Amino acid sequence: MGYDVAVYLNGVTKKFLGPSGSPGGGVVAVDDVTLKIRDGEFYSLLGPSGCGKTTTLRMIAGFEYPTTGEISIHGTLMGLTPPYQRNTNMVFQNYALFPHMTIARNVAFGMEMKKVSKAEVRRRVAEALEMVRLPGYGPRKPNQLSGGQQQRVALARALVNRPEVLLLDEPLGALDLKLRKEMQIELKTLQREVGITFVYVTHDQEEALTMSDRIAVMHRGKVLQEGSPTGIYERPNCRFVADFIGETNFLDGVVQEQEGERVTVLVGGRLPVLVESEQSLEPGRQVTVAVRPEKVWLRPQEAKAADHNSLRCQVEQVVYVGNDTRFHVRISDEVSMVVRQQNVISTSDPLGYQADQDAPAYAVWRSDAGRLLLD
Amino acid sequence: MTEDTTTKGKQGVLDTIRRRPGLQTLLLIFPSLFWLVVFFVLPLLIVLVYSFLKRGPYGQIVWEFNLNNYARFLDPLYLKVFLRSFKIAGLTTLFCFLFGYPMAYWIATRSRRWRNTLLLLLMIPFWTNFLVRTYAWILILRDTGLINSALLSLGIINEPLPLFGTDLAITIGLVYGWFPDMVLPCYAAIERLDFSLVEAAQDLYANEFRSFLRVIFPLTLPGVIAGSILVFIPSLGAYVTPDLLGGAKTVMIGNVIQSQFLSVRDYPFGSAFSFVLMAIMLLATLLYFRVGARTA
Repeated sequence: MGYDVAVYLNGVTKKFLGPSGSPGGGVVAVDDVTLKIRDGEFYSLLGPSGCGKTTTLRMIAGFEYPTTGEISIHGTLMGLTPPYQRNTNMVFQNYALFPHMTIARNVAFGMEMKKVSKAEVRRRVAEALEMVRLPGYGPRKPNQLSGGQQQRVALARALVNRPEVLLLDEPLGALDLKLRKEMQIELKTLQREVGITFVYVTHDQEEALTMSDRIAVMHRGKVLQEGSPTGIYERPNCRFVADFIGETNFLDGVVQEQEGERVTVLVGGRLPVLVESEQSLEPGRQVTVAVRPEKVWLRPQEAKAADHNSLRCQVEQVVYVGNDTRFHVRISDEVSMVVRQQNVISTSDPLGYQADQDAPAYAVWRSDAGRLLLD
Repeated sequence: MTEDTTTKGKQGVLDTIRRRPGLQTLLLIFPSLFWLVVFFVLPLLIVLVYSFLKRGPYGQIVWEFNLNNYARFLDPLYLKVFLRSFKIAGLTTLFCFLFGYPMAYWIATRSRRWRNTLLLLLMIPFWTNFLVRTYAWILILRDTGLINSALLSLGIINEPLPLFGTDLAITIGLVYGWFPDMVLPCYAAIERLDFSLVEAAQDLYANEFRSFLRVIFPLTLPGVIAGSILVFIPSLGAYVTPDLLGGAKTVMIGNVIQSQFLSVRDYPFGSAFSFVLMAIMLLATLLYFRVGARTA
């Protein structure tokens, strides 16, 4: 395989009983999930709240047990192994630092439970606090630290035990935007340094794209797509993923014809749109073409190249958002799109053509910039 | 016109009050202050003064300052009463904790819907009059009572167990009487506990027992201490329970105080006894606040 599997989920399903305790009114939180998380990778479980990502993480940690299916960590089946016998450590969403203990005691907790010698505990606590850039904070109490500092202590408390897998449950959720961005980079750097497998749960797609080696997008208990950040963003395999990650224009239509990998889709009943797909599709099939707003250009003239789409449109609204300008354009009565252009070139430059409101223009994009979705 | 002036007058009074925050405070605390001074501070002062006076031959108060009443505590008879009271109150607190904490934990970890029902069920027996409930224990514990007759008829024992009139009987009565006072503060503390901390402990290799010892118990300790104070103090000064279940012997501080005031008519000594009891309770409470402040 070329890599070792750190965490293997094989057909894992988790059902929670209903409020009355009857299985009938229960909820399927995780539905037949199979994942192979590679040793040493930064793996994210991404999805909206209630998609089952936290339950999946809690099952790896041992706080919940699968209803069916198996979880193994480095080849060892976990079964009903309790959390305190698993070589995983968790960074909790609210940090869960012990409020009655000092920072040093918090960090030392896991090692004390494992009966590590006092001298080594002291040395490793100091090292761990150094690593998260909080040296000398040992004697303080958690409530004397800021949110970001507490977050780093939680990280130190988990990493100091040198776990096989570090589990992180939306650890940056409570921080403000700026600190969150800093911590994202810091976490990623730290993960590369220590080389420990990170399993990271988040609902923030940008966070997942920034840090992860691979991402699994979850929805309603199922993994919809698994892949690298580029793969997930550039080649979403379904409408949900395309919609959840970033921003997308959806053009619904039917397949008109296919020549090799080039498919012509009739959008809104009359607009032919070119898109590429490896699947063979019968004409007449309902499909959706997904195009990212930043991959579309507005042009004063029609693009002549054969592999370009060029749709005549009316600019309805121009929204300036600093680094970008967003154009809301109408192609027909039923079809509209959002086009986003970076404000890199001055508007007087012919390449930096910026359409005026209510002006007719052409929305242009390459056929391989679109993505053909079947649902 | 008269209506106008009265509204103006009312307005004037309100304005005066609004302009003077000191007056506002005084008005707000006056009712409770009045109550405390007249019915608590003044009687307490009388008791304090009495404790330094002497008993006359017919039980009257002789105005002669002395410390003899306090010196009498060195009498082994009274020291024994103190020790016994402490033992009974201490055991009562211990048993209340041993039975009450698990119960509080169990209730606090039920679903929100169940918790209030369970707390209500805990309280229902205590709607019955305290005396009636204590008398019920006589019927259970005496030689011809429920326990003894059951054990005798089953042939497990040949003679009735000496339950009634013992320290054990008093302890049972007190545990029963003050049980909710232990459960409720423990429940409040456990209910507030952030259970993700327990998960964190288990994630950091602490098994169930160690996570209880290192995380759950220390974090709910303020509730345990509050409950202990609420049980220990009334148990130490208990009067009705030892009087009924102790078999008409003077066994606890409460009984001594009662007999000094009502039978012996030695008000000064009774007052001194009351004050020593209060001093002990004050000490216990201060200790609670110190420990409480440390854990918080």
